[in-house]
Amino acid sequence: MGLTPTSTKSAFWLGYRDNIPFWLIVAPFGLLFGAVATEAGFTIVQTMIMTSFVVAGSSQFTALTLLNEGAPTLIILATSLAVNLRMAMYSAALVPHLGRAPLGMRALFAYFLVDQSYATSINAYTDNPEMTLTQKCWYFTGSFTCLLPLWVASTFVGALVGAKIPPEYALDFAVPICFIALSAPMMRSLPHFVAALVSMGGTLAFIGVPYSMGLLIAAFLAMIAGVQTEKLLKRRAQYA
Amino acid sequence: MPDPYKIWTIIFFLGIGTYLIRFSFLGIIGDRVLPAWFTQHLNYVGVAVMPGLIVPFLVGTEATGGALDAPRLLAAVAAFAVGIWRRSALWSVVAGISTLYAMMYLIG
Repeated sequence: MGLTPTSTKSAFWLGYRDNIPFWLIVAPFGLLFGAVATEAGFTIVQTMIMTSFVVAGSSQFTALTLLNEGAPTLIILATSLAVNLRMAMYSAALVPHLGRAPLGMRALFAYFLVDQSYATSINAYTDNPEMTLTQKCWYFTGSFTCLLPLWVASTFVGALVGAKIPPEYALDFAVPICFIALSAPMMRSLPHFVAALVSMGGTLAFIGVPYSMGLLIAAFLAMIAGVQTEKLLKRRAQYA
Repeated sequence: MPDPYKIWTIIFFLGIGTYLIRFSFLGIIGDRVLPAWFTQHLNYVGVAVMPGLIVPFLVGTEATGGALDAPRLLAAVAAFAVGIWRRSALWSVVAGISTLYAMMYLIG
């Protein structure tokens, strides 16, 4: 970041550029998904349609794992969709920034709303409050243009190569490091740190809650904790 | 071999359902003004969701295939520390991956 996106073209490239670090995440994650799907008995066509239609790696892995365990269809769907419920919160958080875009564009953006496009965009919008609606739209477009083709391509390679990827490459580490790299730049003030701590503590406390609902409960508590800390700091500053 | 009918059903409804989740607020609320208290909470969505997503990997669950071993744990700490310090996803990823490979080489 740092650069102010003055034109639409530079806003697109800024969004693109800010997502380049995630090539190191998306490529191994896609490879891994392609390989695991093939092992689970998916054809290449099924794997590719799933990966480009759902575009949500974690929930795709959840669905595969449950399918392997022979879980009933309804349970698989409920559990995998629960993994994606956090995206409703991303969707809400983008309303103040992208809500004035035309409906067709919002419908398109919704399809490309993933952890990375949400996180990098909201960071850029917060750091550059002078960004116009058009620039915000281009930034978001740049963010998913950077990652989506790689996600689809690496899934395809993974499906072809299959189980031949050596475990020494430690591709499994891609997911946790992704969420670390997405959350670290968001720690811009004490209330953000407090919210992050509540999020982690809450998820740990509610880890037994079914359908990964513990994460969502923790997220609501964390948002409240963040806002309350912010209010407390403001009140203190007033009396100081 | 899983039943192809079951696979296609899951792909179809997971795709539609995920899209509707993503479309929800952005699509339906659009340019209507949200109450101030609501947007104030929305500022914390990222820090309220993403750190929590790391937890299952730290403690280990059935789905994550056990807790992180020493190299992965050190790499996670390095990625977090450098990411906060530089406020950069790039440096966070670089620190995480280089620590992971260095530690795997050193401790095996």
